[in-house]
Amino acid sequence: MPRSEIELPYRVEYLSILDEKGHVDTALEPDIPDVLLLKLHKEMLAGRRFDERMLNLQRQERIGTFPPIKGQEASQLGAVANLKASDWMVPAFREALAEFWRGKPKENFILFYGGYEEGGAVEEGRNDLPVSIPVGSQMLHAVGIGMAIKYRRQPDVVMTFFGDGATSEGDFHEALNFAGVFQSPVVFICQNNQWAISVPRSKQTHAKTIAQKALAHGLPGIQVDGNDILAVYAATREAVERARSGGGPTLIESFTYRLSLHTTADDPKKYRSEEEVKEWAKKDPIPRFQTYLKNKGLLSDEEIGQLETEIAEEVQGVVDRAEKRMQEEVDPLGMFDHTFAELPPSLIQQRQEMEHELSLMQEEASHD
Amino acid sequence: MTKMTMVEALNLAMRQEMEKDDRVVVLGEDVGVDGGVFRVTDALIKTFGEERVVDTPLAESGIIGTAIGMAVYGLRPVCEIQFSGFSYYIFHQLEAHATRLRHRSQGRFHVPLVVRAPYGGGVRALEHHSESREAYYAHTPGVKMVIPSGPRNARALLVSAIRDPDPVVFFEPKALYRAFREEVPDEEETLPLGQPRIAREGEDVTIIAYGAMMALVMEAAEELQEKHGIAAEVIDLLTISPLEDDMIADSVKKTGRAVVVHEAPRSFGPGAEIVSRIIEKSFYYLEAPVKRITGYDIVYPLSAREKYYMPDAGKIIRAVQETLKA
Ligand SMILES: Cc1ncc(C[n+]2csc(CCOP(=O)(O)OP(=O)(O)O)c2C)c(N)n1
Ligand SMILES: [Mg+2]
Repeated sequence: MPRSEIELPYRVEYLSILDEKGHVDTALEPDIPDVLLLKLHKEMLAGRRFDERMLNLQRQERIGTFPPIKGQEASQLGAVANLKASDWMVPAFREALAEFWRGKPKENFILFYGGYEEGGAVEEGRNDLPVSIPVGSQMLHAVGIGMAIKYRRQPDVVMTFFGDGATSEGDFHEALNFAGVFQSPVVFICQNNQWAISVPRSKQTHAKTIAQKALAHGLPGIQVDGNDILAVYAATREAVERARSGGGPTLIESFTYRLSLHTTADDPKKYRSEEEVKEWAKKDPIPRFQTYLKNKGLLSDEEIGQLETEIAEEVQGVVDRAEKRMQEEVDPLGMFDHTFAELPPSLIQQRQEMEHELSLMQEEASHD
Repeated sequence: MTKMTMVEALNLAMRQEMEKDDRVVVLGEDVGVDGGVFRVTDALIKTFGEERVVDTPLAESGIIGTAIGMAVYGLRPVCEIQFSGFSYYIFHQLEAHATRLRHRSQGRFHVPLVVRAPYGGGVRALEHHSESREAYYAHTPGVKMVIPSGPRNARALLVSAIRDPDPVVFFEPKALYRAFREEVPDEEETLPLGQPRIAREGEDVTIIAYGAMMALVMEAAEELQEKHGIAAEVIDLLTISPLEDDMIADSVKKTGRAVVVHEAPRSFGPGAEIVSRIIEKSFYYLEAPVKRITGYDIVYPLSAREKYYMPDAGKIIRAVQETLKA
C-alpha cells in the first residue's frame, strides 16, 4: 500500500528551431527541399497580403465580417504542408491559408464572406470539410474520418485545426478520447493564438499548457513555437508519419498570436494592450523566415520585391473576379438547393410560393 | 425616463437587479471585460467585480450546467449565450436538468436561471448567427420562452425573468438591439411573464407576432390603414411559452380573420401552435383560413439571399389582403 509516483509514458516537449531574429538550430533543422521552402514563403506572404486586402474590403463594406489570420501564417502552413492530397483536413474558421494551400480558390473566400453560399463549395477531389463556426465541434468529425480510414485500411491521415478557446468545449475532450481509444490517425493542431475573442488563454484553462491535455487521453502532446514555420513543420511531420504508420493521434499546440482582430466586428482595445500586440509583432513569422531563406542564399530583397508585385497583382485579380461574380444577379431560389438530396413535396411547395412572391415583388417594383 | 436602445435597457435591467439582490450573478463568454459582443453587459464588471460578472471558459454546456448548480444553491444566474445558434450545446443541461429538477426533487429544489441569447436575422451575419429557433425551447416543458420587442418591454421582462423562480430562456431580437430608442423609466418596472399585449387596436384582422417581426408588422399595419383602409389589430406575444391565448381568442372573435408572422421556419414553428389555439377557441368565428407568414424550412441563407427569406411588410400586407378577400 505505498504512495508512489505513477510512471506516465509521455512528457510534454516544447520545440523551437528558428528564433525571432532568424537564428536557426541546425541540429533540429528539418530537411525541407528548397522548392518547398520557397513555395511556403510565397504562400505566407500571399496570405498576409490577402488578409490585409480583405480587411480593407470589409471596412469598405464590400464584404461582411470575417476572421483575419494575421500572425498565424506559419502555424497553418507549416502543418498543412505535410499533408498529401489524399489526406483529409478539417478546419475551424481561422484557417483560410491552410485551405488555400489545399486548393481552395481565394475567390471563394470573398464570395463566402460576401454572403454567398457558393463560396463554401468544396471542389471535387479536395478532401477538406468546409469551415465550421460552432467552436470545437469539428474535431470529432476528424476523428471519425480517421476511424473510417482505418476501417477501409487506407494509408491516409486527417489533420484538424481549432483554437485555444475550443479546448474548453466538451467536444474537444471527447475527440481526444475517441482518437486515443480507437487510435484514429489524426493530427490535432491547436492554434493557441492566446485569445478567444476577449478571453485570454490563462482564463481558458488552469493548466500550464494545452499540449499536456493529450496526456490524460494517452496520446503524445507537444508545444511548438507556432510562429516558427520550421518547428511547426518538423513537429507536424513527426505526427503525420506516426499517424500514417499506425501510431495513432498526436496533439500539437501551436503557440502563436492573433495580431489582428477576432473578427471585423471586434474591438481588441477593450481587452488587450497595444504593448502586448507590439511584443508579439516582433515575433512575426514572416520576417524571421525571410532572414532564414536569405541566409541560406535562397532569397534576396530584390526577389521579395518582385514577389510583392506579383502577389499584389494576383490579389487584385482575385478581388476583381469575385466582385464581378457578386455584382451578378443572385437567384434567390438557390437557397432551396442542397437542403436534401431531393426536395420533398412540402419544400417544393414553399419554393413555388417564394417564386410567386418574387413575381409579386417585381410587379410592385415596376409600379413604384 | 431616459431614451434607450434595447441594449442599454437590458443592461439597466441587470444592473438594477444586481444592485438590489446579491444573488444575481452574470455568466458567459466575453460578458466581463469585453462587456459582451453586443455590449449588453457593458461595464457591469466595473461595478460588480469579476466574482459576479464572470468571463467563463468557452463552453456553453459548462455555463448552464454550473448555473444549475448555483441556482440550486440559491443564486440567480443570468447566463449569456453569445448567439442563440450556439445554444444547442446547452440543450441537454436545460432539458435534462434545469427544467426537471423541481419535479424530480418533488419541490425541494428549483432552478431560477435565465438564459439570454440574441436571435434572429437581417443583420448580414455568418452561418449560425441569424436563426430563430425559439420553438425548440417553447416545445420543452418546464422552461418559459420570452422574446421582447422593444427597449421598454425588454427591460421589464428581463427583470421579471430574473425574479422568476423557474428557468427562463430569453431571446433578444438582435436586429432591434440598436434599431430605435424608447423612453424607459429610471425606476423599476416589470411585466408579467405569460402575458401578451395589444400593440394596436383594429377590427378587420388580427396579426399575431413577436420579437423583431413586431417592427415589420407595425409598419405593415400602418400602411394597411393608410393605403387600404384596413384596421389591423396587432398582438405582440412577448412570452412564446407558456402561451396565453385568451387575448388572441377575443381578438379573433372580433375580427374573424388572423395572420401569424414569424421569421422561424414554418413547420412545427410557433405559428403552428398559435393557429391550433385559434381553431380550438374561435373556429366558429373565423371568416377566412388563417395565414402564416414565416421563414422557409431550409438552412438560413447568407446575406446575399437573406432578404428573400425574411418576412417583410409587403408579404404581410398581401397576406392580410388575401385573408380579407376570402
Ligand atoms: C459554440 C460556440 N460558442 C461561441 C461562439 C462565438 N465565438 C466565435 S469564435 C469564438 C472564440 C474562439 O476562440 P478560439 O477557439 O481560441 O479560436 P480563435 O478565434 O482564437 O481562432 C467565440 C466565442 C461560437 N462560434 N461557437
Ligand atoms: Mg484563440
